[in-house]
Amino acid sequence: MTDTPTLTFDPADTCLKVEQLSVSYDGKAALREVSLTVPRHRVTAFIGPSGCGKSTLLRSFNRMNDLIRGVEVTGQIHLFGEDILAPKVDVTVLRRRIGMVFQQPNPFPMSVFDNVAYGLRLQGLSDQRALEREVEWALRSAALWDEVKDRLEASALTLSGGQQQRLVIARAIAIRPEVLLLDEPASALDPISTLKIEELIGQLAEAYSIIVVTHNMQQAARVSDYTAFLYLGELVEFSATDDLFTRPQARQTEDYITGRYG
Amino acid sequence: MKTPSGWRSGDGALWLSTGAVTLTLLLTVTLLVLLGRVGFGHFWPEPLGTFTFHPGTAQAPLVAAQREQGAFTLAEGGMETRTLLRTGNRDTAAPDFRWIADASLRSAHFDPAAIELERRSWGPALGLLAPPKAPAADRAALAARQWARLEEALALPSQVRTGSLTLYSADGSARPLPLAEVVRAWRPNAMTFAEKLSLYFSRIGAFISEPPREANTEGGIFPALFGTVLMVMLMTVVVTPIGVVAALYLHEYAPQGPLTQMLRIAVNNLAGVPSIVYGVFGLGFFVYLVGGSLDRAFFADTLPAPTFGTPGLLWASLTLALLTLPVMIVATEEGLSRIPRQLREASLALGATRFETLRYVILPQALPAVLTGVILAVARGAGEVAPLMLVGVVKLAPELPLDGTFPFLHLDRQFMHLGFHIYDLAFQSPNVEAARPLVYASALLLVLMIVLLNLGAVLLRAYLRGRHRDPLG
Repeated sequence: MTDTPTLTFDPADTCLKVEQLSVSYDGKAALREVSLTVPRHRVTAFIGPSGCGKSTLLRSFNRMNDLIRGVEVTGQIHLFGEDILAPKVDVTVLRRRIGMVFQQPNPFPMSVFDNVAYGLRLQGLSDQRALEREVEWALRSAALWDEVKDRLEASALTLSGGQQQRLVIARAIAIRPEVLLLDEPASALDPISTLKIEELIGQLAEAYSIIVVTHNMQQAARVSDYTAFLYLGELVEFSATDDLFTRPQARQTEDYITGRYG
Repeated sequence: MKTPSGWRSGDGALWLSTGAVTLTLLLTVTLLVLLGRVGFGHFWPEPLGTFTFHPGTAQAPLVAAQREQGAFTLAEGGMETRTLLRTGNRDTAAPDFRWIADASLRSAHFDPAAIELERRSWGPALGLLAPPKAPAADRAALAARQWARLEEALALPSQVRTGSLTLYSADGSARPLPLAEVVRAWRPNAMTFAEKLSLYFSRIGAFISEPPREANTEGGIFPALFGTVLMVMLMTVVVTPIGVVAALYLHEYAPQGPLTQMLRIAVNNLAGVPSIVYGVFGLGFFVYLVGGSLDRAFFADTLPAPTFGTPGLLWASLTLALLTLPVMIVATEEGLSRIPRQLREASLALGATRFETLRYVILPQALPAVLTGVILAVARGAGEVAPLMLVGVVKLAPELPLDGTFPFLHLDRQFMHLGFHIYDLAFQSPNVEAARPLVYASALLLVLMIVLLNLGAVLLRAYLRGRHRDPLG
């Protein structure tokens, strides 16, 4: 795929560098030789129709694909120059550096506070005052603090769907990852909650490199700086979001964003 | 649109399923009512009649309680109604139960001086406190005097009681009854309803809290109740961790292939193995092999008298734990598979290891399922009798397995068990009629005990489901 319209970034501004990545499940290819670079402290969106491999690509970054039986991964991914697919990589350390938020809000059946403190406690932080400080910081960063500050001990499951999703984002950023992966973070939410999440993504981009998977093109256009279009497991086009939506290079991209299929 | 009719409307299925539930409920209620009526009816003070018979029957007059009535087909043809009389006095006028043809009965009257005494041996004594032929005034005075003396004596501990009571039979003959022998006494014909009620509950209380007497046909069942509860608790303590860990391995760690599937099938099949087979295994493996080895290693000085190389509480609990293990594993695994994958992923994505995810997210979520397993295991284990007969349950254990002497919990002791007690009363009793109500009463207690144990687990489960646990605190 040498003719794929793509972008490269200066090594200092590169967060993730993917080279010739192929992923297959039980012999069925989900990603074919995808190469791209993800910039640091920017929002990058992966778009494409269902089954195009955008979630697989996302899950390769924190190696969540390892959990699936029969998965086979070839190629290379570098996080700030470090090979993260190497066998000796400690995935628990990797996953602390690359946080992830899933499509369905999945708070633990614990209190709001314990949800956010979970990752911190796993890292051995047990001082209550430090925990409280970190939890408050994470909840403020996720724009949830004002809504839950009086019910930190309430079950997280009593929150609304949108609040739960922001809680999950707070939980992910509480351990201060370098990269935040968002797998269709708003697709299960109502429009107002979606708006809040999108605003939040914009704010978080100042401190994190964010990759967001979405099948909603308007959302990608609204929140991202760069957009990659994937189709049938291949990277079709990767460029600045404005360019991709106004001057698509590839025919498939144009067909998709103009709604001829998808 | 046309409304579907006939079978397709679903009404039939509704009726069928409602019917099945109703039938189940009805059977359960019938069981409990039957057990309760026959078993606990036994403790109600029955009126004592003085029965006289037609001269031709050569039957001396009797003081007796009417137990039940029945119809019998005679050899010559025709039917005869008979009454079962409980006459007591097994020592002087055996048998203590007799069927009397209603035709031979001449008269019956209920003498206020009639008394029933529960004794330390020979079962109940039935009789009159005053001679039947004496003038009414004398009788009343004598009966009152004797009763006062008896009440006074019963207030004292049996060791310091002296003297005896004179008990008259229906034909007027008198015999002395040592006061030290008496456990409890009542005059059913002279009692008010409230007095009967209080006696009823005190007898039930004694049944639950006292050790048995007279080849288990008298006294209480406390050691059996205690042994059952203790054994079930020990069993639960053993089976829960093993079952949970095994289920965790099968569900979380084992590679899901044909081998694991076979393992799972094997576990399920274990649940279908007849319980007596577990008893034989327990005897051969736990008692003889493990127990025998323990004896040779640690209690060599007392050999050949075995310490652990003999059936006992520990081996019974372990055998039952083995028997209930499949139930525990299946229930726990069921619970584990109900936990959404998203929760696992959430934890793993935060950098938790597989073990941390298990410990802080999966296990707390699986706890209600574990308790369901405990409930099923307790229900199965508490009702089991056959294997226990081989590995530690006895008809009569002189000592409880838990007492005040070191090491307090005597795992090597043999113990009594309600299930076996019921079997013993029903099949091995020398006095069938006397034991019969106790069979029902013991069975009801066993059912109630299992219900109570289950209720405890159900409440605990509801409590655990209702709150969210602090993961690392």
